[in-house]
Amino acid sequence: MILNAKIPSGPLADKWDSHCFQSKLVNPANKRKYNVIVVGSGLAGASAAATLAELGYNVSCFTIQDSPRRAHSIAAQGGINAAKNYQNDGDSIFRLFYDTIKGGDFRSREANVYRLAQVSNNIIDQCVAQGVPFAREYGGQLANRSFGGAQVSRTFYARGQTGQQLLLGAYSSLSRQIKLGKVTMFTRREMLDLVLEDGQARGIIVRNLITGELEQYGGHAVVLATGGYGNAFYLSTNAMASNVTAAFRAYKRGAMMANPCYVQIHPTCIPVHGDYQSKLTLMSESLRNDGRVWVPKKKGDNRPPADILENERDYYLEQKYPSFGNLVPRDVASRNAKEQCDLGKGVGETNLAVYLDFDEAIARDGQATIMKKYGNLFQMYEKITDKNPLTEPMMIYPAVHYTMGGLWVDYDLMSTIPGLFVLGEANFSDHGANRLGASALMQGLADGYFILPYTIGNYLAKTSHDQVQVGGDAFTEAQQQADSKLNQLLALKGKRTVDDFHKELGALLWDECGMARNKVGLQRALTKIPEIRAEFWSNGLVTGQGAEFNQTLERAGRVADFLEFGEIMVHDALAREESCGCHLREESQTAENEALRDDDKFSYVAAWQYQGQDTAPKLHKEELSFENVTPSQRSYK
Amino acid sequence: MQKSITIHLIIKVWRQENATAKGALASYSLRDISTDMSFLEMLDVLNEQLTHTGDEPVAFDHDCREGICGMCGAVVNGQAHGPESGTTLCQLHMRHFKSGDTLVIEPFRARAFPLVRDLVVDRSALDGIIQEGGYVSVNSGGAPDANALPIAQKHAEAAMDAAACIGCGACVAACPNASAMLFVSGKVSQLALLPQGDPERKERALNMVRKADALGFGSCTNERECEAVCPKSISISNIARLNREFLRAMVS
Ligand SMILES: Cc1cc2nc3c(=O)[nH]c(=O)nc-3n(C[C@H](O)[C@H](O)[C@H](O)COP(=O)(O)OP(=O)(O)OC[C@H]3O[C@@H](n4cnc5c(N)ncnc54)[C@H](O)[C@@H]3O)c2cc1C
Ligand code: FES
Repeated sequence: MILNAKIPSGPLADKWDSHCFQSKLVNPANKRKYNVIVVGSGLAGASAAATLAELGYNVSCFTIQDSPRRAHSIAAQGGINAAKNYQNDGDSIFRLFYDTIKGGDFRSREANVYRLAQVSNNIIDQCVAQGVPFAREYGGQLANRSFGGAQVSRTFYARGQTGQQLLLGAYSSLSRQIKLGKVTMFTRREMLDLVLEDGQARGIIVRNLITGELEQYGGHAVVLATGGYGNAFYLSTNAMASNVTAAFRAYKRGAMMANPCYVQIHPTCIPVHGDYQSKLTLMSESLRNDGRVWVPKKKGDNRPPADILENERDYYLEQKYPSFGNLVPRDVASRNAKEQCDLGKGVGETNLAVYLDFDEAIARDGQATIMKKYGNLFQMYEKITDKNPLTEPMMIYPAVHYTMGGLWVDYDLMSTIPGLFVLGEANFSDHGANRLGASALMQGLADGYFILPYTIGNYLAKTSHDQVQVGGDAFTEAQQQADSKLNQLLALKGKRTVDDFHKELGALLWDECGMARNKVGLQRALTKIPEIRAEFWSNGLVTGQGAEFNQTLERAGRVADFLEFGEIMVHDALAREESCGCHLREESQTAENEALRDDDKFSYVAAWQYQGQDTAPKLHKEELSFENVTPSQRSYK
Repeated sequence: MQKSITIHLIIKVWRQENATAKGALASYSLRDISTDMSFLEMLDVLNEQLTHTGDEPVAFDHDCREGICGMCGAVVNGQAHGPESGTTLCQLHMRHFKSGDTLVIEPFRARAFPLVRDLVVDRSALDGIIQEGGYVSVNSGGAPDANALPIAQKHAEAAMDAAACIGCGACVAACPNASAMLFVSGKVSQLALLPQGDPERKERALNMVRKADALGFGSCTNERECEAVCPKSISISNIARLNREFLRAMVS
């Protein structure tokens, strides 16, 4: 199969406009005859559902949580990028494009990234119109902060709760459409399968999480906005319900999975503190605007930080990367933290932490200013660790945070299954091998407010608006499959709990497919994962019944999918014998331990196609071409 | 980091199979709970223990575990979200309890929050209130440049204070009248403080308050319990603003 990204021809800056012009339109009177299923109500899903409804489509929106406002996007802290150049510091659409494509280590599509930078400005306008309370200067203008990988200030924020405020904005638009009857909202529903008729996406099977019943829903198109798969690692900064299930079941139905090994490990998270730990808490990257990262120069120096004198400290990021300093991109910051800890210079109880120190900023700007900027983060840190960052430096360590990989989509955001669109973190589209901070919120909202509403017409205009009937063979078959899978899970009456397996898988992926990867380790993981999976299916323990509210069963289904999906991730990491962005293959490094790309061999998107149970997936390549930027060795020195 | 210590606890937790079943407190003993654990991690440990002994784990809602999604919540020893002020249940840590303590854990109770199972309740009535006007009626596209509408920093900050609500429902659970006025007032205040909210100001206040009544939430009699338990410390001065908005809408 040839992967056709359907990138429009013409100059980079004109591609999107001319594509919009050439895209097919659905007559306003006909829009109401189309039903669109949107799975997910995070930034991508809520913005898409609301906008499609505003355009006149009938929308059904599904979410796992009890309210659309609780999607995991709510937890985003730091901010959202846009090329407004309000600071007059030399920003532009081209610069945002360039920073993002370079940040992604030249493993993303020029045309997609450029479009993202173009619509970034509309997003801020839209959110302000909705009443999102972004931070303001005294004069009433919008305020900005800086994020890693950029030398301009282009990040808009609402204290440390930017994701919350943006999601509540999208949720408010969604609520308005629910009231108007254009969106039907289905909460506490989990999509378990995608239904295809004549090779086209025509519906979904969901489990009603309260009653346990399976339900069928039909639509003329299905939009997945189901978020990322970081929880494959068990410990991550993602919310507990974040999962790969919807995307993975679509993959099994023929959608290709692109670049699954690109997983972002965020440098500033609260370190792991015990084996009961259920999640890792992010401390926003924005802290690196004012915090300085350091470790003791001497190995094994476990004196309290205050006793370690200035000249005994190694501010290794400032030393190594004088131009970007503490604001190097995430992959670089994470790898360097790991390197320091591997050298024996880590701090804290486990020696797996580095300091993030605000002393200098407090001395310069005063406590009040620092608290105004980061107060809620400091409080969160103190609640968890019982330490006050105003009086002693934070301890941080990298943690799994974001997944650049996801279902493959073309320029229209359509997957390899006609009629199946994928938005937000669930697709692979814009961030290459590493995402810059504050650009996931931008991408989710770009996809939902401004891209899908245009591109979906290209598909729908060619599709009959006759009602999609549920109950046909394809729906029945998919429901039976979902049902039998649930029954298999409920039959598990072994000795080990679901969480126990999840932890084992997570630890394995972290060790072998985490911040640094090598051939031997990845091969080891490829033998080990099927073993864990086999034990899960023979010795797992699932309590309760199917026809009831059963959180163990929910988790078991998600973990079962991670146990298969993890293997694809490892296949991808093994096949990519180069380092790029977050994917560090130890065999491929520069003399200074930076990621060394191999553009001759690996300048492609790896798209994996399902080949059946227990068969290795098949690799397809979408070659990347660069006409407007020249891929270079990234340097932040 | 100092080495953590461990404590032993008696947990009395509300067990109820479904909305119509009869519920009761069940008592469990938990040993060696690290004081560095979060409250929900303690419940995880309890659930692992129950699962191994062939019991059903306790159902409880949770997701972000960092105090922002509003999914978690229970009444602990009579207090919604437990004893620490300004803290969600997921951010409450076991260092606030002593060895030998008995913890009574019950769901958020209110007429408008039907019980689903154990500690899980249905809070969709809160979404119903927002649907009556908790928005600015703008469609995507065509918004003017964001800086074309300057907003004084103090208004933006006050709007943000009101907008910080996470919709957890603790205010309702804590109120003797099961009133949702703190919740309503957060949204009404945010939009009343911003020029974008002005055109629909009257309808918003009227419709949201009436909807709350219709959905079975009680009225506000200034008990202040809501403010005391709010994990985001939303101030009841917002309720005063809501009252002004409501009266203004009634008389004009
Ligand atoms: C702690 C944290 C902080 C972050 N901070 C920032 C930041 O400052 N700036 C930034 O740009 N990015 C940030 N990010 C990343 C960003 O928040 C996410 O990438 C983004 O919000 C994802 O949005 P989404 O709409 O794609 O998915 P999500 O918000 O994850 O939504 C997924 C939706 O899909 C639903 N769903 C999932 N599976 C199913 C299923 N099987 N059936 C039915 N429904 C399903 C869920 O219920 C939910 O509604 C942060 C991420 C984390 C974890
Ligand atoms: S789990 Fe999200 S607020 Fe507690």
